Amino acid sequence: MRPRTALVIALLLALAVALWLFQGLGPGNTRFVLGLRAAKLAALALVAASVGMATVLFQTVAQNRILTPAIMGFDALYLLIQSLAVATLGTVGFAMLPAGAKFAAETLLMTAVAVALFGALLGRAAPDAIGRTILTGVVLGILFRSGATLVARMLDPNAHAVVQAASFADFGRPAAGTLGWAAAVALPAMALALALGPGFDLLALGRERAVPLGLPHRAMVLITLALVALLTAVSTALVGPVAFFGLIVAGLAHALAPGARHRVLLLTAAALAATLLIGGQWAFERLLGLRATLSVVIECAGGIFFLALLLKGRIR
Amino acid sequence: MTATGIEISGLRHAIRGTEILAPATLTIPAGRITALIGPNGAGKSTLSRLIARIEPPPAGTVAVNGLDVATTRTGRLARELAFLGQHTTLASRLRVRELVAFGRWPHCHGRPGPEDHAAVARALDDFDLAPLAGRFLDTLSGGQAQRAHLAMAVAQQTPWLILDEPLNNLDLAHARALMAHLARLRDGGGSILVVLHDLNFAAAWADNVVAMKAGRVIAEGPPAAVLTEDRLSALYDTEIRVGSHGGRPLVLHHL
Ligand SMILES: Nc1ncnc2c1ncn2[C@@H]1O[C@H](COP(=O)(O)OP(=O)(O)OP(=O)(O)O)[C@@H](O)[C@H]1O
Ligand SMILES: [Mg+2]
Repeated sequence: MRPRTALVIALLLALAVALWLFQGLGPGNTRFVLGLRAAKLAALALVAASVGMATVLFQTVAQNRILTPAIMGFDALYLLIQSLAVATLGTVGFAMLPAGAKFAAETLLMTAVAVALFGALLGRAAPDAIGRTILTGVVLGILFRSGATLVARMLDPNAHAVVQAASFADFGRPAAGTLGWAAAVALPAMALALALGPGFDLLALGRERAVPLGLPHRAMVLITLALVALLTAVSTALVGPVAFFGLIVAGLAHALAPGARHRVLLLTAAALAATLLIGGQWAFERLLGLRATLSVVIECAGGIFFLALLLKGRIR
Repeated sequence: MTATGIEISGLRHAIRGTEILAPATLTIPAGRITALIGPNGAGKSTLSRLIARIEPPPAGTVAVNGLDVATTRTGRLARELAFLGQHTTLASRLRVRELVAFGRWPHCHGRPGPEDHAAVARALDDFDLAPLAGRFLDTLSGGQAQRAHLAMAVAQQTPWLILDEPLNNLDLAHARALMAHLARLRDGGGSILVVLHDLNFAAAWADNVVAMKAGRVIAEGPPAAVLTEDRLSALYDTEIRVGSHGGRPLVLHHL
């Protein structure tokens, strides 16, 4: 990536953060408002970086530029686990659970399931593994989503509403109680991803290249999937599922930093995601007064981007 | 490290019950160029991929210079054995120099020193890639890309080099240059296993020929012993005449 591109991204991100924090700040209650805004900013930044990094990592391990954790049903899996929790514990029991323990349990369970399912698919050498992974992932995604819906249907209306509320992305109202816990999971996961950066560069070459160069391929695949699962759990817990956001961000990162090392790619994707999310939410919430609309716009733009990738024949 | 060759014992492979490699026991000698020949689907790629631990075998053992491939750390093996497969497509977008630099990974783990830079520069030169070093691989012609992949394997500077059909896409000058390069590596103490379809390259450059058919090793020995009319005609199920040139067999397969 050229230094100028990096500089422009950094400036845009700084602008979005500054607008978010300081625009329209009245004379009274400054500290209180700033505190509220900073908390929401932290949540948005965490979600953005999680989605961006998870998507880049997943595309690397899947050797494919149009797959995202969301398309493969990672977030649907999280929702399924959540509806199952509501179903077994009841609405009251679910609401009574301490936010941290709930988040930790859901995240752990989801990571275990994701690593078991996708690890079996991506860890082997068979040349058709990628195609099989795509199909399996899409099918699993549908399965998880309809599983979550089915469980929700069987619940009483109250419980259904609790599940529904968790099933749609809302950047305007990040789940406040989980922020600390989410950060405690996401930040070490991101640090590990950056530390393993050169290993991902090797992983991206594919098993047939990476193994002769000395990469413990299977272990690396499993670690990557665990990181993707953790980061997706974080973003889904905070704002709900975001299907195409990761696709846009990872696509842009690869376009702006062609052939870059993974450390650069991961940071670029995180910065781009944060810029889009913070700037976009600022524009929709403060300028247009449409707090909950950004997710729809992003999904729509992402959908078009996805189609464009398909039509350009970038699907592999 | 003693160069004891590649010792293969009871190695077999099967996919969904279909036997692709019958139990094979053979030794590929160190310090030689060994050519692996045989018709399409004979199992040449399968054998070389099993040696390079790309897939774990269901049965049997492979030891490279005494290192058991199944139990030795993969990072250690990467300093003993370099491998270039038959299909060289890459998902990631890389420049030629970056690809070749990956060959140094086993030695520097992503933090190249002066030695690594020198090895990359030499490999680029050896394969006429210096003018292309800054280009993205997907902008190269087939033969240029093949040379870049070869340069990466050679930059790994391992005692063993395993190449599956390295002559793919190469023009005749670069094909001959590659074989000459392999011969220089051998003269410097290196060991090479190379899958070849053009039997005359095997006849002219190999010290040892292994012939496979239908998942079995059916002949092994010096070129003059394996590349005979009878053996080749049986191997390929088609009549092949063999002449002689400069004391080595000359296979007239095109006639
Ligand atoms: N994934 C697979 N599923 C089923 N059969 C396979 C698979 N991979 C390889 N084979 C079969 O195994 C046999 C050996 O394949 P291999 O690639 O080793 O042949 P080869 O000698 O390298 O041939 P070529 O000269 O065409 O490269 C072939 O008959 C092939 O069809
Ligand atoms: Mg082959």
